[in-house]
Amino acid sequence: MSQTIKVDTLIKTFQVPEREAGLKAAVGSLFKRKYREVEAVKKISFGIDAGEIVGFLGPNGAGKTTTLKMLAGLLFPTSGQIDVLGYEPQRREKELLRQITIVMGQRNQLMWDIPALDSFELQRAIYQIPEGEFRRMRDELIDLLSMGDLVKKPVRNLSLGERMKAEFISALLHRPKVLFLDEPTIGLDVTAQRLIREFVAAYNQRYQASVMLTSHYMADVQALCKRVIVIHHGQLLYDGGLAGLVEKFAAYKTIGVTLNDPDLDLSEYGEIISNSKGQVNLRVPKNATAQITTRLLNEVAISDLTIEDPAIDSIIEQVFQQEAQVV
Amino acid sequence: MKQHLDLYLTLLKTSIISQFQYRVAHLFWLLAMMVEPVVYLVVWGTIATSQGGSVAGYTAGTFAAYYITWTLVRQMNIALTPYAFENRIRKGRLSNELMRPIHPIHFDMSYFMSLKVVTIVLWLPIAGLLWWVFQPIFTFTAWWQIPAFILALLGGFVTRFLCLWALGLVTFWVTKVSAVFELYFTIELLLSGRLVPLAIMPAWVRDISQWLPFQWTFGFPIDVAVGTLTGPQVAWGLAMQAVWMLIAGGILALVWPHAVRRYSAVGA
Repeated sequence: MSQTIKVDTLIKTFQVPEREAGLKAAVGSLFKRKYREVEAVKKISFGIDAGEIVGFLGPNGAGKTTTLKMLAGLLFPTSGQIDVLGYEPQRREKELLRQITIVMGQRNQLMWDIPALDSFELQRAIYQIPEGEFRRMRDELIDLLSMGDLVKKPVRNLSLGERMKAEFISALLHRPKVLFLDEPTIGLDVTAQRLIREFVAAYNQRYQASVMLTSHYMADVQALCKRVIVIHHGQLLYDGGLAGLVEKFAAYKTIGVTLNDPDLDLSEYGEIISNSKGQVNLRVPKNATAQITTRLLNEVAISDLTIEDPAIDSIIEQVFQQEAQVV
Repeated sequence: MKQHLDLYLTLLKTSIISQFQYRVAHLFWLLAMMVEPVVYLVVWGTIATSQGGSVAGYTAGTFAAYYITWTLVRQMNIALTPYAFENRIRKGRLSNELMRPIHPIHFDMSYFMSLKVVTIVLWLPIAGLLWWVFQPIFTFTAWWQIPAFILALLGGFVTRFLCLWALGLVTFWVTKVSAVFELYFTIELLLSGRLVPLAIMPAWVRDISQWLPFQWTFGFPIDVAVGTLTGPQVAWGLAMQAVWMLIAGGILALVWPHAVRRYSAVGA
């Protein structure tokens, strides 16, 4: 499968002014300004295939948004190579801009005072979409997102979830081949989040678009991404399958047991995470899981036993707490 | 060409729809803006009367013609201020526009053109009232005065728009440059004919302002309408507008690619 995004040893450095607190330092900075170089992205490389949805994960300040902005052509890289659909995004060629889109959960791109329908018309003119194709695509997207007559209401009168759906329609009218989604479900309720996720999946399937998604909601990542890229302190920590991330970084497993005798103490088998009326959850080292399970089955009277990987959120949290180790 | 026309017409239509959402706010804004020329008009009209009927050839009637036309020219040459540019860059609002396959200048141009459609509609009754109160005297010497005024008005807007856009690009290098913009607007106030007609200013001020863009965006269209310029003077003024459009447009074309490289897209 052909790659739509290729990133090779990408670096982005910012020059940040800095000074001590206080009046003396403020006056001093008038005459001599000190700058510090901050390396936001450090030699990261990866590729994304056509039709692939990749989760781009990292804590706040990890370099996710900086990378996305470089891929979208909003920021110039300090060094390294980026290729999106055969173009260098920083050159901002119209041919590329017509094939990509960026949706930012905290940013409004629609005109606030007029119905979304009028903003869609503006998108038609900007992207020079033929009239018939525009109407077909617009109606299809409105239908997919169940927006109905809501597109006739001024954008300022829409709820956050409705506005986000309208943002998606507007951003996809020109049928982009590459989607950069930066926290697209932030602040939305559970139903709206699910709708957006289903919509992204449907669009990806229908048009074989590549999607790069950053989100702090692991439900988004689990529902949409088979592959994740994890960065921390600007460095690539992990690039591979979501299941592999669990395998690689989960140091513990959770054993759930239902005891016949609810008062039995299981602390000698592992760390007790919860204990409610004989329903006990134990955290045990991953490599000792088999041995502890055997012991429990042989030594304790239990009516049920389950073994689970820890929740993806806690694994990610654990990854972020580790020192950056380039893969 | 057809593509650009479609884009501009749609942008204009969308912006006008958006502008009409706030027509009452526009009306009050317009009324507030009328205070400045009315004060100038009353002051200069009084001075002219007290000095035996005229100041530097301007009678109370020609002052009225000057300042009533002033109100239209002021509305017509409103453009994106560099302050808005500063805000747009500091808060990362330029990102949306940079993602589109079209130069952001087209959005601003169409937005401000649409603003004029709305303000002209609201300006007409106010101008009628001023006309009735102050009895202006216009001198019509030739038929070409009307098309020349329309051309000068349009040229004034485009020239000012391009100059301010070019000035706004400074924000890519220096984050807060309001003081520079203040200086620019103060010089513009004095040398454009906004405060007083340039004919009243000392000769050396008129000489300097000949070679700067300000009077071609403000005093010149007014003088064309009032009828104080000869045919060759009008042609010279239109040529100066064209020269300043080329200078500002050239600066924009040269600086923009370097400016965008410096954009840090903070907050967006």
